[in-house]
Amino acid sequence: MTKKLTIALAGNPNAGKTTLFNAITGARQHIANYPGVTVEKKSGRVIHQGYDIEVVDLPGTYSLTAYSMEEVVARDFLVKERPDLVVDIVDASNLDRNLYLTMQFKELGIPLLIALNMMDEAASRGIAIDLEALSRMLGVPVAPTVARSNQGITELLNEVVELAEKKKEWSPGILSYGRDVDQSLQEIETVIQKSQIYDKNYSPGWLALKCLEGDRQILSLIRSDEAASREIEVIRTKVYKHTMNTLEEEPEGIIADHRYGFIAGITKKAVKRKIESRLNFSDRIDKVLTNRIVGPLVMLAILYVLYEFTFWASKTPLEFMENFFGGVRQIVAGFLPEGNLRSLIVSGVIDGVGGVFGFVPLIMFMFLAIAILEDSGYMARIAFMLDRVLRWFGLHGNSVMALLIGGGISGGCAVPGIMATRTLRDPKERIATLLVVPFMNCGAKLPIFGMLTAAFFSTDQARMLFAFTLLSWGFALLAAKLIRSTVLKGPTTPFVMELPPYRMPTIRGLLIHAWERTWQYMKKAGTIILGVSIVLWAMMTFPGLSREESERFENERLRMKASFLALPEVRGQVQNESALADLDKFFSECRKRAKKDPSSLKKLADQPLWPVVQETLALIEGPREPGKSEHSALPLASAYAEYRQKRMELSNRENEAALVNTVAGRLGRLLERVTRTIGFDYRINVALLGGFVAKEVIVSTLGTAYSLGSVDTGESGLVSDKLRRDPRWTPLRAFTLILFTMLYVPCFATLVVIRKESSLKWVGFSIAFNLVVAYGISFAVYQGGKALGFGV
Amino acid sequence: MKKIIRMREMADNQAGTIKKVSATGEMGRRLREMGLVPDTPIQIQGRAPLKDPVAIKVRDFVLTLRNREADNILVEVEPSER
Repeated sequence: MTKKLTIALAGNPNAGKTTLFNAITGARQHIANYPGVTVEKKSGRVIHQGYDIEVVDLPGTYSLTAYSMEEVVARDFLVKERPDLVVDIVDASNLDRNLYLTMQFKELGIPLLIALNMMDEAASRGIAIDLEALSRMLGVPVAPTVARSNQGITELLNEVVELAEKKKEWSPGILSYGRDVDQSLQEIETVIQKSQIYDKNYSPGWLALKCLEGDRQILSLIRSDEAASREIEVIRTKVYKHTMNTLEEEPEGIIADHRYGFIAGITKKAVKRKIESRLNFSDRIDKVLTNRIVGPLVMLAILYVLYEFTFWASKTPLEFMENFFGGVRQIVAGFLPEGNLRSLIVSGVIDGVGGVFGFVPLIMFMFLAIAILEDSGYMARIAFMLDRVLRWFGLHGNSVMALLIGGGISGGCAVPGIMATRTLRDPKERIATLLVVPFMNCGAKLPIFGMLTAAFFSTDQARMLFAFTLLSWGFALLAAKLIRSTVLKGPTTPFVMELPPYRMPTIRGLLIHAWERTWQYMKKAGTIILGVSIVLWAMMTFPGLSREESERFENERLRMKASFLALPEVRGQVQNESALADLDKFFSECRKRAKKDPSSLKKLADQPLWPVVQETLALIEGPREPGKSEHSALPLASAYAEYRQKRMELSNRENEAALVNTVAGRLGRLLERVTRTIGFDYRINVALLGGFVAKEVIVSTLGTAYSLGSVDTGESGLVSDKLRRDPRWTPLRAFTLILFTMLYVPCFATLVVIRKESSLKWVGFSIAFNLVVAYGISFAVYQGGKALGFGV
Repeated sequence: MKKIIRMREMADNQAGTIKKVSATGEMGRRLREMGLVPDTPIQIQGRAPLKDPVAIKVRDFVLTLRNREADNILVEVEPSER
């Protein structure tokens, strides 16, 4: 029989809490949200000495007041769920500040164990800690650990089990906070004990302390008893006036001072410092990396290197994924008979899901790059250096991370980007950031940018892409400024932030970190996209051509066939329709082999139709083996090639006509009235409607809409060739489309996340705002460009 | 003679001791929980490229805050050599 235990991991941010959590639980983790809030709840389990231990990773906090969501969540968990034990992770190299939270656990009275982490770092900084003295003075057992290298984990768990077996009760340890405060605490405690709000979850002493600290949550709890609440208010006002008069400080401040005073008393005795060089390793790096001139340059260089790395590393896996989904669609297409079912599965399901998962490598490497920035501590420096700039636009230094994940260095994803806004404390700054993250160039926008750039601005693709990245930053920041000075007006929140010491990231930490975000993307995008791409497929398939029109195309096809068979150079060699069908079949076979494995063609060389096919292939795709041509077959071959070409054009026209007649096509036509002013015809509109599901769909939909023959020729190389030659397309139109794609409505998956992270109201706002911005900018650029004669 | 100035006015690398934190409410709490309480020694570590925020060394770690927040903190410093 295993006995069950629940322990909570708590501690300051950057104290190594997540590393310790990973070291204890390994891969057995479960991530959920705390009910009603967007704070992540991570839990895992470990079996130790016959105990089945559930480990809950509380959000990292510096304090246990009720100011931030994280603190409320941590505190509520401790008070309501009553875990058997709190393991408080304390950074040994930064003892004073870490013990501030420890003091608050002691005040709360929950059974406590300190994991004194980063002992190696403390030692290297010349900080020697007398563990025994520390433990004795705090009255809390202390276990030294180095979570990064798995040291002390077993001993820590031994200690957990040992403490749990003692079944310690809660014992609130309220300190002395000076005579005035202590006296008021006593008075409030008496009031609470008499009142019916006395809740056995909280000790009255702790409630009294929170009252004096002005804790919103506790004060509103107390308000349920009006009489007691009034009495407490009198005491609070009295002591507030008194301390302000005598000490010029509010009681809350005095309480904090005493906590730090108590800590100073302990560390004075338990900590020995060798004379430390005033600048440690991390400080010396910062002298360069946050230098006023060198700092920003290095930052740009680092971001550029990560950008190159991401694209370099993901190139091969991206090709692999493309081939993989290409293979799957071919196999499935071969299995199913032609018709709506095949179209649904191939164009709806496989293309939709493949579009999302095809990007996984790019996104994974981008997240790996961002994990390196975070885990090394550099992300905090970026926030530090950019805070002043971002603040001007109404954002916060910490907004930078969400923007980077959303595609700030090209190729992220807005879904995890929006989730990363959780680190922002102020709701207004958070929502403003969340609303502009979709403006960044996420991975799904890159194919359309790449295709249009290749077609119209091919001189320097990489530089164009870089320019688009800068443009998207510009638009995002200006949009933020607009939002923050209108609908989300309000002051900026403090930028009181720790710059954690630089640390070499661990491989394991990086992988876990990158994988978590990739998984978020796959889960969100994958589940939503399947449903929505089926809807989109239906919109782009039905009602399709009317029967008369279908017949018209069919008749034309028959006419074409008949006139081909009637040609003098054909008549003798291809007698009837079934002979033509044989020729078609043989030609397809040869073409397939020529692409895959040209040497296998030799085996077919004794077939009677071979000379014709060989010449046709040469006419269509360029000669492969010069000098070996069979001139006698040339007339038939050229007639056949021409016939094939015409037939293809006909079926492309049919596809286009079918698309025009679908729901999406009609909608596109309707929208044309507006989009004409920015140079978009209904075909582009249909593609953009598709992009609403997932932006990567735009390229392939454009392909179909422009009668480029769907499916097999969906490679963007071909599409961009055709567009370049198409007189309807100008560089100005291409540029306008790039801008519009960059700015218009976030994709469906993103909207779902916005809904989860804020409210339906902001989803509506996001759609309307982005559409207006995209249209406005496109209008200005297109009309301006036309008037000035740029790129027309 | 030592003198008391606002943290914003301190030069890079200048050291001093906090005398008073006048912020109240959430800001006051945020500053205090990070260990900015009276009698704490601090040193200016550097400033961001646009001279704001400022990075300070306090209790074995580096903390950043904006000048507007630093205005709430009075620091006792040695008179400058100039």
